[in-house]
Amino acid sequence: MSEYILEMQDIVKEFPGVRALDEVNFKLKKGEIHALVGENGAGKSTLMKILSGVYPYGSYEGKIIINGEVQRFNTTKDSEVAGVGIIYQELTLVKQMNICENIFLGNEFQKYGVIDWNHAMAKTQELLKEVGLTTNPATKIINLGIGRQQLVEIAKALSKNVNILILDEPTAALNEADSDNLLEIIKKLKDEGISCIYISHKLKEVKAIADTITIIRDGKTIETFENDDKINQNRIITGMVGREITQLFPRVEHTPGEVVLDVKDWTVYNPELPDKKEINNVSFQARKGEILGIAGLMGSGRTELMMSIFGAYGINKSGEIYINGKKAMIKGPRDAIEKGLCYLSEDRKKTGLVLGMDIKENITLSSLNKISSMMGINQNEEIKVANHYVDALNIKTPSIEQKTRNLSGGNQQKVVIAKWLMAAPEILILDEPTRGIDVGAKYEIYNIMNQLVAQGVSIIMISSELPEVLGMSDRILVMHEGKLTADLDWKETNQEGVMHYATGGA
Amino acid sequence: MSSKAKIHQSPIEVLKMSLRNNIRQYTMFIALISIMMIFSLLSDVFFTPRNLSTLFLQTAHIAVLACGVVLVIVAGHIDLSIGAVVGLTGAIVAILPARYGMGVVPAIIITLAVGALIGLWQGYWVAYRDVPAFIVTLAGMMIFNGLLLGVTQGATIATSSSFNKLGQGYLPNLFIESTPRDMLPHDTTVIIWIVVIIAYLWLEFKKRRERLHYGFDVLPRSLFILKISLVILLISAIFSVMALYLGLPYSILILMVIGGFYTFLTTNTTFGRHVYAIGGNKEAAMLSGINIRKRTLWIFISSGILGAIGGIIYTARVGSAAASAGQAMELDVIAAAIIGGTSTLGGEGTIVGAIIGALVMSTLNNGMLLLDVGTTQRLIVRGLVLLLAVWVDISSRKKNS
Repeated sequence: MSEYILEMQDIVKEFPGVRALDEVNFKLKKGEIHALVGENGAGKSTLMKILSGVYPYGSYEGKIIINGEVQRFNTTKDSEVAGVGIIYQELTLVKQMNICENIFLGNEFQKYGVIDWNHAMAKTQELLKEVGLTTNPATKIINLGIGRQQLVEIAKALSKNVNILILDEPTAALNEADSDNLLEIIKKLKDEGISCIYISHKLKEVKAIADTITIIRDGKTIETFENDDKINQNRIITGMVGREITQLFPRVEHTPGEVVLDVKDWTVYNPELPDKKEINNVSFQARKGEILGIAGLMGSGRTELMMSIFGAYGINKSGEIYINGKKAMIKGPRDAIEKGLCYLSEDRKKTGLVLGMDIKENITLSSLNKISSMMGINQNEEIKVANHYVDALNIKTPSIEQKTRNLSGGNQQKVVIAKWLMAAPEILILDEPTRGIDVGAKYEIYNIMNQLVAQGVSIIMISSELPEVLGMSDRILVMHEGKLTADLDWKETNQEGVMHYATGGA
Repeated sequence: MSSKAKIHQSPIEVLKMSLRNNIRQYTMFIALISIMMIFSLLSDVFFTPRNLSTLFLQTAHIAVLACGVVLVIVAGHIDLSIGAVVGLTGAIVAILPARYGMGVVPAIIITLAVGALIGLWQGYWVAYRDVPAFIVTLAGMMIFNGLLLGVTQGATIATSSSFNKLGQGYLPNLFIESTPRDMLPHDTTVIIWIVVIIAYLWLEFKKRRERLHYGFDVLPRSLFILKISLVILLISAIFSVMALYLGLPYSILILMVIGGFYTFLTTNTTFGRHVYAIGGNKEAAMLSGINIRKRTLWIFISSGILGAIGGIIYTARVGSAAASAGQAMELDVIAAAIIGGTSTLGGEGTIVGAIIGALVMSTLNNGMLLLDVGTTQRLIVRGLVLLLAVWVDISSRKKNS
């Protein structure tokens, strides 16, 4: 038998229009902790979804070999039988059920449909001991802290006799003590012969725990190396970025004016985990006529920061916001919009558009008061306004009465942008404005951004694509775990510089 | 102006497009006409002015209530308390004159206020305390049924004949006395008929003029004439039925006013647009700066007030208030709205559709009664029609997407 428990060979996975994985090779040794690192969207999760059977055999090319045997997984159940267990970043426990019920959910000890609870409870106790938990198996999940929930997830995976355990950002939601505990448990499992694939943005943890590191970038395996004394965080970062800039950006020299948005000591607690600071004491300024880029990895708090300023996230928050030098009390999106602050959300389908409404209704949704009188909405004025934006932003559609559901991604995004342009913002926050749209539409959106800046609008752009952040921003703020770690000038930094701060480097 | 909008389409293309876009409304309307034709073939009595007028009277309160529930369902909620509100407000409007000697008009005003208060109460729990509307209105159903029992103390309270006109009566003759037999049309009804047609023409021509003023496309002249002729024909059909019998009933007049007002509210106001946005995508509505709580509160206040109006019309039609009044009426109302194309998932639905839905349900009831079909079969048929209507809607939507 080979020294590898798992080999993934030449994996290719295509989505419509995108090659997500391009001949990826990945080998996992028996009893090692193998870290998989890469930027957002590099292809780590896609690779793991193939390994765990979420994307069934046949939907990708290449081979998965476990213990020398070629595997063909049709469902996640098949991969579990082969000994692969995966723990997602988002926990998948049923909160209202207890630990025991969760662990054996779908795999109950049963005879004729009747569950043998005594057996299950005893088995649960054993499993909990494995992961260092002394909690009563009858405790409901809702009463456990997030750190313990994570351990229950691991116990659940162990109950299926896994020998390959995949952990996708397991410490993203944990505090330091819980993270350390989790890492200890993972090391213990390794000593018991379980091989782990460890995905994390936290390079410090990767450095501390991994035996081997594989770097993925743009759907390709870049390199695999031993994590020995010669490796440091900067070495890993160099592998992660190095992304070719294939796209040109319409870079225009902006001349920033006075400060329009001044955020001071902004702290926001997670509404679901009341003791977790999602945003930790952030202060920054945005100027008239500039593009302020916000970089950071998934879970760094970029979206939460902007949504909380816009009044749409967080209940327990502290700090001050000044707009044009005046202190602004923003209780909800309406207040923010009236004060000239607009936020284009990250997911246009889920939170940006009303898909069942047509283009014109979506464009005017936030500014109906501008076209209404005592006699109601002036429908003709509405058509005129909608036609204006369809022309100005070059939205491709047969009619402004087209339901937004039927538009392409790029045109949908332009409709949302039109909605906010109609609200005439002074500060426009764009959260991932070009995610999932084609290159041509991207370029058009960049041009629109430049036009707005020329008109004196202050743009704040959150983006996961480093080339985009570097190509469009005048200044770049970098976030890591809810904190601002850097405020960089675009001329004086590069991808490695940004990534250094995004992974927590000082 | 964009170049695309300048391309002139042929009348046939415009017609096709309009058909495709409004297929659901047309389907319901065609279904209603077909049901009516089937019944007129099977029964000699069905297609008489007398029976059709009765049919309208039977539908009025359901249709009024359906207007309110459309808003509720479009916003993604439900109102199960409608029947109980109808019963309670009906009892109040009956008791105030009967026990306390109050005049009909003040009694009606107080009843409407009670309806608004009920809406405020339920809306508060839904909007500001985040209790699901299903639970709030289920609780409301029990509470208001309890109150109804307490108010009536189990007795049946008769209402005065002047009040009963609201539910059973017809507008008086203005100049010429007429009876159903003399084939002389009812003069007041004819006047209103003409007024409605003039108002309609005025609105259509104003709209056309304004669109031309903005430089937008308008319907080709031939289609425009066809459209207004069809609508005038439809208005005339409805009015002639009533004019040839005893005239326009008060309750239908109330329904017309409320239907018109709610159509305006849903299609032409910021409030209406926000309700559809909330039902279509709550997150997006919130991030667009819509005050969801405030809007939700008003949706329930509207439902409460319409509940009171429904209660008044229903009590007046029956001629008395009783502890059992209104029971299970919410189911007829919700069914009417849904048959009329209101989506149970929220975000879609029209007032006209709901009124047609109410007419479909009561036409089925009325027609089967004429054919001596028993209650058992009538209930089963109505249940199946509801199921069928929603299934047709869902499967046609799947095909489109």
